[in-house]
Amino acid sequence: MSVAAVTGFPAGRQKRVLPGFGLTMGLTLTYVGIIVLLPVIALVLKGAEIGPVRFWEIVTAPRTLAALRLTITAAALATVFNAAYGLLMAWVLVRYRFPGRRLLDAMMDIPFALPTAVAGLALTALFSENGWYGQVLAPAGFPVVYTIWGVAVAMSFTSIPFVVRTVQPILEDLEPGQEEAARTLGATPWQIFTRVIFPAILPAYLIGTTIAFARSLGEFGAVIFIAGNLPMKTEIASLLAVIRLEEYDYNGAAAIALTLVAIALALLVVSNWLQSRLTRRRVPA
Amino acid sequence: MTPAIAPAALAPRQDRRAQWLLIGLAVALTLFIVVVPLVYIFWRALSEGFAVFAQNIMAPDTLHAIWLTSVVAVITLPVNLAIGIAAAWLIARFTFPGRKALLTLIELPFSISPIIAGVCYLLLYGRQGLLGPVLAAGDVKILFALPGIILVTLFVTSPFVAREVLPLMQAQGSEQEQAALTLGASGWQIFRRVTLPNIRWALLYGAVLATARAVGEFGAVSVVSGAIRGQTNTLPLQIELLFNDLNIVGAFAAASTLTLIALVVLVLKTVLEGRTR
Repeated sequence: MSVAAVTGFPAGRQKRVLPGFGLTMGLTLTYVGIIVLLPVIALVLKGAEIGPVRFWEIVTAPRTLAALRLTITAAALATVFNAAYGLLMAWVLVRYRFPGRRLLDAMMDIPFALPTAVAGLALTALFSENGWYGQVLAPAGFPVVYTIWGVAVAMSFTSIPFVVRTVQPILEDLEPGQEEAARTLGATPWQIFTRVIFPAILPAYLIGTTIAFARSLGEFGAVIFIAGNLPMKTEIASLLAVIRLEEYDYNGAAAIALTLVAIALALLVVSNWLQSRLTRRRVPA
Repeated sequence: MTPAIAPAALAPRQDRRAQWLLIGLAVALTLFIVVVPLVYIFWRALSEGFAVFAQNIMAPDTLHAIWLTSVVAVITLPVNLAIGIAAAWLIARFTFPGRKALLTLIELPFSISPIIAGVCYLLLYGRQGLLGPVLAAGDVKILFALPGIILVTLFVTSPFVAREVLPLMQAQGSEQEQAALTLGASGWQIFRRVTLPNIRWALLYGAVLATARAVGEFGAVSVVSGAIRGQTNTLPLQIELLFNDLNIVGAFAAASTLTLIALVVLVLKTVLEGRTR
């Protein structure tokens, strides 16, 4: 694909030959302005209204801190699991041929297709003390529902596809040459994986885990079913923002929401930076 | 692209043992994490027999939730299609200052978690929100009513169509459209006869994804809807309400309808992905 095909036309000469510039520009700007920009501006203005001192007070209040800590810790736990499971799934789906592979591949899309409330309901029932999983786990001294582990389970379910779907295409496109060379030189399969394959998929792998982490931090629907939402214990930060709204504490809600948006945007910057490194490396090949 | 030779065919025996171990682990984990919850939804919904299931679905509040969710889907779909096409046309066919910034703005809803989107909408339209006083003066009701649910659903679903159509339009280039223009076609004719046939599968794919999301959205809607029983409760919210009422079988009955929709979406996705590639 040539560069010109991607960017449209060389600027200047052939610009705006086709009709519809004014119409589509007007429509898009108006729509994005009203639907996307205006609400985000409302958040930023409300946040600016608070003032730095009060903002800091809200964010460092014990209940907010506990909620942020829980959200970040559970998201990290979920991401560790997804990083391992996602890599395994990508590897198995790309490298091996076995009956049922396509079905297994389709299963990876279920967590995205299933509404989060449905996922939360099913996981809560399965992990509750009399549920199929809870019956085994709770007596073993490992209660899941209403604990941080429940939050992590819900977060990891809804973000399963990110690692698999970012690593899969890169793994598929790997040239076999290097691996064959390594094998001829007597490398063991494990050496080939750690020295040849893993470095090649690492940028994509990091992007996938970063997005999975960001998604886990933002997960709400699945979590609130299984968490029990006890203040200071299993209350996630976004729920606390909603509770503040319901108490008409708009400043409190805006401060917490802005903190979460800031974290999400920081992660987005990281993933974009990884993406640019990835494309730069892949273009000359 | 798949490797020409399945690597396992040439591998020594020890590799093959590792291979089956990894496949077994992958299958077992997926079974526990994905398949069992999926099956469990239907099993639990039907656990007290089909009569109870039907009764749960036909409960007035659940029926109203199904109706409300359908209304939201039917209203948001054409809006998403129109704006998705307009945005894709604008960005793929023209160069202008701020083009990249606009693209970032269009994709912004993907980076903001839906629950935060709901909070933003409340800070905008709420009683003490940015536009709250104006709305109160004009006696316009947006929050805790259908308009709020529609608006926040549009926020959450707005990037879907453009994201599918835009890369395709960029890859195809505009030679065909320019040829049509030279031959004297009007803008509408170019769109209907040249562009639309080229992008129709991507358009349909984007529409399916956006609608699936509109039907299943929970976080954003839960903030702005107020979840008034039989009035502003969408189907995902109804699941939570039934769950909190300890009507677990009823909650699973409502959930099973959404799960069926999700499975249909998956099938459509598989079909359409084959066509758009």
